[in-house]
Amino acid sequence: MTLIKDLTKGIYRENPVFRLVLGMCPFLAVTTSVENALGMGAAATFVLICSNFLVSLFRNIIPSKVRIPCYIVIIATFVTLVDMVMNAYLPDLHRSLGIFIPLIVVNCIILGRAEGFANRHPVLNSVADAVGMGIGFTLAMVILASFRELLGNGTLLNINILGSAYQNQPLLIAILAPGAFILLSFILGFFNILEKRKGGRQ
Amino acid sequence: MNPTVLLSVLLATPDSGSQGFDLGKMMAIIIASIFVNNFVLARFLGICPFLGVSKQLDSAIGMGAAVIFVMTLATLGSWVAYNLLLVPMGLTYLSTIAFILIIASLVQLVEMILQKFSPALYSALGIFLPLITTNCAILGVAVLNIDEKYSLGYSLINAIAAGIGFTLALILMAGLRQRLEMADVPPAMKGKPVAFLVAGIMSIAFLGFAGLGG
Repeated sequence: MTLIKDLTKGIYRENPVFRLVLGMCPFLAVTTSVENALGMGAAATFVLICSNFLVSLFRNIIPSKVRIPCYIVIIATFVTLVDMVMNAYLPDLHRSLGIFIPLIVVNCIILGRAEGFANRHPVLNSVADAVGMGIGFTLAMVILASFRELLGNGTLLNINILGSAYQNQPLLIAILAPGAFILLSFILGFFNILEKRKGGRQ
Repeated sequence: MNPTVLLSVLLATPDSGSQGFDLGKMMAIIIASIFVNNFVLARFLGICPFLGVSKQLDSAIGMGAAVIFVMTLATLGSWVAYNLLLVPMGLTYLSTIAFILIIASLVQLVEMILQKFSPALYSALGIFLPLITTNCAILGVAVLNIDEKYSLGYSLINAIAAGIGFTLALILMAGLRQRLEMADVPPAMKGKPVAFLVAGIMSIAFLGFAGLGG
């Protein structure tokens, strides 16, 4: 039962982006298109699952004094793996994600889950937690990326939605840097209202 | 050694082997890293400290100084490790692991040295140093310098300029947030949402620098 709870809590209740406001740098940077968001989400989820698995497996062996360097090396190893695989099989995606692939190493969500969950929970629960958090992170990126791609380019997953008339004069700012900040601010505000409504009902 | 000769050796690009020091390129790097490609507002690097430490002007200045300091040292360390160790040994695929280890141990080292030799500086910067290891701006500048194939001199200039750009954004943000404390913000937008909104407006302002310096 706790396994299901560990899995689902990352998706909404403890969503790493919208509730905990972690992992902001890749979140804001790669959400220019839904495709990039999905690619980044998949890469981060893979690293998250692997690192949570290993950290949880070795939680009784790693001395607590050097645990952070150990976690960082574990995470960096998997990030290198993702980097090489993506470079070989998805070179276009690799190019558009750019330096944010090596920067998965310093994504606070991954280190945060290793430190805050995996190092004191059994392997199965840690993997469930990683899957949930990964889905939550990906979902959050896809939500913001949908808004940005739709408003800034008139497309979703490169399929034209708003028509060529819109594409001639799109809301370009949504795809530029300020659009990410402003749209995220409104989404966070929306979640705050949602949470307040929920609190009032109970 | 004559300082000009030393400078030109430092600024030579390692791949082309071209000598001499290009003031124009240097200025372009500085302006690009501080304004056009501001690390926080255009490249989205270092957002976590940008939001976390921008509530007070004092701590923003402290964090900015610590970031400039560590960024310069980390760039030095990672450039030397990459070009003198990883490239000759054919281990460039290990660069991510190597860089993060260099940064983590460097931060630890700086913390210990400051604690021992300069307690005053330590008490000012101390609390920010552990946070810096996971600041993606530090690793970001190290990776960017390698991607751009900058020489050591250009790398260091880029690192310092990037640190100044980060500090500039942080200090501006801290000033704005201190004013925001007294503003009448709708309850749903209080805290993080309004901070992002302000960052967005600042980012629009920084868009105005686009095209400057190439």
